[in-house]
Amino acid sequence: MAVELDVFVGNTIIMSEEVYQLWLDGYTVNDAVKVRMEGGVLDEFDAKADVVLSDTMDQYRTFQMCERLLHSPTKLANQLLFQIPPHRQATLIERYYAFDDVFVREVLGKKLSKGTKKDLDDISAKTGVMLKSCRRQFDNFKRVFKVVEELKGPLVENIRQHFLLSDKLARDYAAIVFFANNRFETGKRKLQYLTFQDLAFCAGQLINNWTVGAVDNMVEDMDVDLDKEFLQELKELKVLITDKDLLDQHKSLVCTALRGKTKAFNEMEANFKNLSRGLVNIATKLTNTKDVRDFFIDLVEKFIEPCRSDHWTAADMKLYLTHYTNSAHILDTFKHQVVWDRYMGVIKSCIFKMYHD
Amino acid sequence: MPGKLKAKIVAGRHLPVMDRASDLTDAFVEVKFGNTTFKTDVYPKSLNPQWNSEWFKFEVDDEDLQDEPLQITVLDHDTYSANDAIGKVYIDIDPLLYSEAASVISGWFPIYDTIHGIRGEINVLVKVELFNDLNRFRQSSCGVKFFCTTSIPKGYRAAIVHGFVEELVVNEDPEYQWIDRIRTPRASNEARQRLIFLMSGELQRKIGLKVLEMGGNAVVGYLQCFDLEGESGLVVRAIGTACTLEKLSSGSGTHTHPNTAPASNACNSPSKDGKEPVFGEDLPSSSGPSTPFRALPTSSSSPPPFSPSKPCSRQSSSSDTDLSLTPKTGMGSGSMGKDAGPLKTLLRQQTQTALEQREFPFFTLTSFPSGFLLHVGGVVSARSVKLLDRIHNPDEPETRDAWWEEIRQEIKSHAKALGCHAVVGYSESTSICEEVCILSASGTAAILNPRYMREGCLDLGGSDQRFEDPSPSSCGFCHIPYDELNMPFPAQLTYCFHCRRQKVPDVLFTTIDLPSDAAIAGKGCFIQARLCRLKKKGQGEANATAISNQLPFMEYELHTQLMNKLKLRSMNALFGLSIQISVGENMLLGLASATGVYLTALPAPGGIQIAGKTPGDLNTEQHILNIQKRINDTIAKNKEFYEVNPPDLTEEVVGSPIPEPRLRSRLFRSHSESSDELSELDLSHGKKDAFVLEVDDTDAVEDIQSLLTDASPPKGFYSCNTETMPGIYNWTSALQMFTSVRVLRLSNANLSNQALNKVFTDLCENLLKSFYFKLRSMIPCCLSHLVFSVAVPEEDLIQVAVTAVAMTFDKDQTQDKPAEKPITKGCSEAEDQLQFSLELCTDSSSINSQSSSKNSAAKLNQNQLIVVRSAGVPESSHLSTRAASVDYGSFADRCSTWLELLRLKAHTIRRGSVKTSRRTQSLAHSVSSLEHSSPLTDGRSRSLRSSRSFGGSSVSVVKMTPLSFLPGTRIVKYVGIINMFFIRETTSLREEGGVSGFLHSFVAEVFAMVRAHVAALGGNAVVSYSMKDCVLMENPNKNQCQCLINVSGDAVIYIRETDQEVTGSTANIRLSCTSSADGAT
Repeated sequence: MAVELDVFVGNTIIMSEEVYQLWLDGYTVNDAVKVRMEGGVLDEFDAKADVVLSDTMDQYRTFQMCERLLHSPTKLANQLLFQIPPHRQATLIERYYAFDDVFVREVLGKKLSKGTKKDLDDISAKTGVMLKSCRRQFDNFKRVFKVVEELKGPLVENIRQHFLLSDKLARDYAAIVFFANNRFETGKRKLQYLTFQDLAFCAGQLINNWTVGAVDNMVEDMDVDLDKEFLQELKELKVLITDKDLLDQHKSLVCTALRGKTKAFNEMEANFKNLSRGLVNIATKLTNTKDVRDFFIDLVEKFIEPCRSDHWTAADMKLYLTHYTNSAHILDTFKHQVVWDRYMGVIKSCIFKMYHD
Repeated sequence: MPGKLKAKIVAGRHLPVMDRASDLTDAFVEVKFGNTTFKTDVYPKSLNPQWNSEWFKFEVDDEDLQDEPLQITVLDHDTYSANDAIGKVYIDIDPLLYSEAASVISGWFPIYDTIHGIRGEINVLVKVELFNDLNRFRQSSCGVKFFCTTSIPKGYRAAIVHGFVEELVVNEDPEYQWIDRIRTPRASNEARQRLIFLMSGELQRKIGLKVLEMGGNAVVGYLQCFDLEGESGLVVRAIGTACTLEKLSSGSGTHTHPNTAPASNACNSPSKDGKEPVFGEDLPSSSGPSTPFRALPTSSSSPPPFSPSKPCSRQSSSSDTDLSLTPKTGMGSGSMGKDAGPLKTLLRQQTQTALEQREFPFFTLTSFPSGFLLHVGGVVSARSVKLLDRIHNPDEPETRDAWWEEIRQEIKSHAKALGCHAVVGYSESTSICEEVCILSASGTAAILNPRYMREGCLDLGGSDQRFEDPSPSSCGFCHIPYDELNMPFPAQLTYCFHCRRQKVPDVLFTTIDLPSDAAIAGKGCFIQARLCRLKKKGQGEANATAISNQLPFMEYELHTQLMNKLKLRSMNALFGLSIQISVGENMLLGLASATGVYLTALPAPGGIQIAGKTPGDLNTEQHILNIQKRINDTIAKNKEFYEVNPPDLTEEVVGSPIPEPRLRSRLFRSHSESSDELSELDLSHGKKDAFVLEVDDTDAVEDIQSLLTDASPPKGFYSCNTETMPGIYNWTSALQMFTSVRVLRLSNANLSNQALNKVFTDLCENLLKSFYFKLRSMIPCCLSHLVFSVAVPEEDLIQVAVTAVAMTFDKDQTQDKPAEKPITKGCSEAEDQLQFSLELCTDSSSINSQSSSKNSAAKLNQNQLIVVRSAGVPESSHLSTRAASVDYGSFADRCSTWLELLRLKAHTIRRGSVKTSRRTQSLAHSVSSLEHSSPLTDGRSRSLRSSRSFGGSSVSVVKMTPLSFLPGTRIVKYVGIINMFFIRETTSLREEGGVSGFLHSFVAEVFAMVRAHVAALGGNAVVSYSMKDCVLMENPNKNQCQCLINVSGDAVIYIRETDQEVTGSTANIRLSCTSSADGAT
């Protein structure tokens, strides 16, 4: 007695968020049925396994048919095939484009290419995210990347408009696109402690302050590429470490301001030149694409790690960087205040975010 | 040149990529009507072309306008090779041809390809200019409105109900033409789709002509079906009820202004007599008054047909089962045209003169304005097995016509035998397997109020009826129309429990909806009888004979099952009964669906008693006791679940809600010696009686099994197959229409009948369970209008397709008083008007007939399922042995209850004010529900804002329901009938997700196309939606599958009951209904 065919179609789409999530997570129909039954569908309702199976199959088919539309979410609103209430549309899209932080952490900064796609089974094994789900997430990244690549205007806004995502999710995607475009290295061991949210925050800072879009908001790739002129100008900051007087002057200003305000004062004083050299060197090297990629690893190696080994607290860090930045303004021979601010503003907030265990 | 059709192609969107190299498409459009074709320019390299074409003008006859669809083909231009078709859109122009409906068709239509499904959308504008007075062109029937709805459409009143119209057209099926061997599947499918479009247009036009000839202007309850007869052709046939409809002024349409009723009542005055000569005279000669009863008078002397104790009569019935090869002589001889008693004759004289002039006094309507239906006799049905042969001359489909003619004659004579002059809730269907075809027709024999037959204003006339008729409308229809002393079959009669004046049967089976003013107790319940019978494979005549021999037995079995299940739920009446018998190569499937209800006018049903044939065996007795206990428990449980607590039961039958076994009279199955006891009045048996099921009988074991395996719906769920759920009145607005199809493959070839039955029963039960599960988020909820259709597409395959609607209701149903019903049921126009036009309209003729009926206390009412050609079928026997069951002891009691009833009635009528207050309450309720949903929608609209700015306006919501109304709303306009036929085929079945995936997307596509057409007509809902056909043919080995779906319905514009203005609030409606109509999770 084999059921040869079994369909159930409603005039308004029939879906359960639970089943949708199972589908998104890459469960097979049978596994999804198991999960649902264990989850107590049976208890709340007198349902046999075959009823749950039939329901799950129907929904899976519906989702599969919707998937094509979800690839360009704007179509979902004016397609005629399914009658989907607006709030359902929003849910469908938002959930489809949602991703697992553990997964995205693995591919962040990698080239969104076929090569990376081949590695997905390794990533799946490592993160515990099912391969099917990995593929969906990876394809989403790629799709968003491809669409916004050629668009003018602000990155986040473009993503939000084309994919009808919430602001939060659009920002996350902007970060992913930004990382992928600039190929930031994030996979190194030393960077493992950073979560996706840490890095997404940093990406947001970079996008808002260091890209072309920060000065001109009507060019292509404005939010994706770093502002070349700015990077050139950063070279001028070198004077802060190459000019001995300036360095000493800077140090004394900072130390005066810090004295007595922190327990780590001695370490700060001792390490000032090292740390300053580290930060300024990062700035001056950013014209090299290779060094741009190493931006985060450099930040960690040259600044965060030394501070951490000296047991600075987060408050110490804040205090130090604030004074370090502000003191530079008092240096009379230092002429590059604007560039310095643009640089340090981002560095400061990135380090604040990244300075944790 | 009476018409100019204008079409404009605006734009396309979401087109498929036709050029792989550029990932784009160079699309253009061909617009074709009749033999004229126009083309748009090619819009190069775009998936969202903006053609913005000129207006293409077609100058055509209105006959063509009715027959032909507008064909729009989207193609991809190719410089070097042939242009590739992307897909097509067929637009039915008919809705533009009558003034009240849509004036323009404008909107996005899915571009449909029979191989690829929906491929993008196209925006089209269509207009029609009609020049001449249409009525002078007799070949066309522009202006006749068609409604699928099987009641008088909301906002209209029926000035005259003319009666039955039918027509059929035949053609060769393109799929079976020689050319099909050399053309592509796509071309073949398109040829078929086009042909069926044409045929249904032609059919509608021809029916329209008949309506015009009768003097009507509309067809209500229009039912169109396709018979795919394979080699022998393609038949499109339709039946309907011709009416003269008048639009109610918008004021009187609203329930809130009942004062306008007297005004419209004026229409009823004799000045309207211009419309008088309705019957006979106007009819074409074939159905003229001279020939209506060709065969019947001769049969009037034939012996009473139901003589169950004589097995020999079975012979006569089988000889009666004619094949097309053996032309039938003496039509209707199998049934009885017994002359009614003189009293009866007198009583019905008036009506008969009106009705009997017609060839077929049939009505496809299932619900009527109160007062229209006087008495209901019972279900009448007729079936006939035919052998198909090739239709030689499509222009004269005489054979098919003759077949249906026979069946209808038979129905008519059955009705006559029940003392009824009309058949209501009438429908016809076929089941075809290879060359064998079963034609079926069924309906409910009834006596109608004669007033309506002449000049009856359906919605008004009932008023005086209420006062004149001795039987209150809440029970009047139950009173038997038959002469008590002259019953056509044995049955048990009692005095009506409501009025105590007239006789009622113990059970009542009908094919109509529960009359809105019927007095019931508790809630209704979906009842289904299922039966599967193996049959030997056969050929030709032998096969047909074998089938027709089986039919009566199947009907009997189904009937018994229904009866048992009804008893198990302690109910006493079935509404909406539909019995479907499907034929396959090696089996016959029978499925009877109905909605059970407890009519308080009828006696309380007895229980079911289990008896062993061989007493003494301890084991057996123990077993029997167990079963008996389970059955009693189930009955008790069901009573509680369906809240069946009839008021009079508790008042009068103190202390014995479930009868003691010894009080039960016996009912024997098939071989009963029933008739002896027929006239015996055994008072000692009290009013209760029970079925006795003897467990030694294997059939009985089966029955018991199937009785007990039927699970009642889970808490919070109710279900029914009628328009409204008896006992539930406070619907909320959320609804979810759905279609579900399941096909089961019988893996085990050598199944016994019994095992097969089990499989089939489980299939249906599991489907229901599955619905409950899927829709559980809508609790409390009712599945209404559950329509099951079964088929045997191939050997070993059973297909069940279901369409229904789930509707939520308000759990806190404080009181369900009859007076409140009309408000929520949306059919209150008539009610309101009734109450205010009481004194104004008195028609002497009606008084006449009514007073005579008052005098005839002996007037009876009878129900019985009459089976075709089954004069001797045991069927009729099972009601027989019961004794009359009225307790005569308490006459005084009865009088007092009757007085109470009268008082109650008066109270009801005085309730005007109460009603309005209730009304405001419901308004308040809907308002709050609106408010409820608004915060949500706000949130959503924010998230969607960007999409609107981006992809143009979003799609408007189109609700769909198989019912004729949408709860919480008011239908303000019918914009046209939807009647669509689609074929979908695939040669990559696996890639599309197997049969399920294929059908799932096809059904979704069909919904989408229906919605798009409705929206383009300006409508926002489809009512009376139904899926007539779903024919699936698969060949998994070849990776192929083909499916045909035929759907129909009425496109309407509705507004929320709370909104007095149509404008301004539509946006609200849309948003809030989306949020509420959201499906299950």
